[in-house]
Amino acid sequence: MVGSVTSFGRSGVYDWVVQRASAVILALYTFFMLGYFLLHPEIGYEQWSALFSGFGMKVFSLLALLSLCAHAWVGMWTIATDYLTPGMVGRGATLIRFAFLAGCGLLTFIYLLWGIQILWGV
Amino acid sequence: MRDTRPVNIAFTTFRLPLPAITSFLHRVSGAFIFIGVAVLLYLLGLSLESPAGYRDAGGWINSLWGKLIVWMVLAGLIYHLVAGIRHLLMDMAIGDGLEGGLLGAQLVFVVSAIGIILAGVWLW
Repeated sequence: MVGSVTSFGRSGVYDWVVQRASAVILALYTFFMLGYFLLHPEIGYEQWSALFSGFGMKVFSLLALLSLCAHAWVGMWTIATDYLTPGMVGRGATLIRFAFLAGCGLLTFIYLLWGIQILWGV
Repeated sequence: MRDTRPVNIAFTTFRLPLPAITSFLHRVSGAFIFIGVAVLLYLLGLSLESPAGYRDAGGWINSLWGKLIVWMVLAGLIYHLVAGIRHLLMDMAIGDGLEGGLLGAQLVFVVSAIGIILAGVWLW
C-alpha cells in the first residue's frame, strides 16, 4: 500500500502516538511562551536572547521543533491521504499526492534546519 | 483498486453537524499554521540575531500588515490548540458521546473565539 509506505512510522498506531506525544509537547511550549510574554510585557533584546541561550530552553525549544516537524508531517500525511484520492481529485491522484507530500517533507526539513540554525546561533 | 467504487461520504450533498465542522477546521487550521510557522521562525530568527534585528522584528509586528499576519497565524494556532486539547480529552473518553461531542464542539468555538479576540487586543 502506498499509504503505509509514506506514513511517518510505517504504522498507524505509531503515528497515532507520535501525533499525541508531539501535541502535548507543543501545547506545553505554547503555554510556556504565553506565560513568559504575560509575565514580561516589556522585554528587551538582552532578556530575550538570555532566555534562548540557556541550555534548558535550548533543550525545550529543540524538543518543540522536532515535535512540530513530526506533528506537521503526520497531519499533512493524514490530509493528503484523505483528500488527494482518486475519488476527490481524479485519476492523477497518486502523482498529485506524492508531489504534495514531497513538498510538505521538504518544507518540514527546511523548518528543522532553520530552527536548529536559529537556536544554535543564540 | 477500482476508481469507480462508490463514495460513501459525499461532502457536498449533506449538511455537516457542528462537531464535523470543528474537526474539519482543526485540519484547515493545522495546514494553515504549517505555512504560518515560517512567519514565526522568521521573527524568532530576526529577533535573536542582534539588538538591531530585535528592533526590526518589533517594528515589523507593529506595522499594520505585520499585526494582521501575526494575528492570523496566532488565530490558527489558538483554534488548533483548543481543538487539539478537546481531541486529547476525547481520546480519554471525555465528551466523546453524542451530547458531549456537541457541547465540546460549541466550547471549542467559544473558547477559541475568546482567545483569538484576546490575542488581537494584546497585539493592538
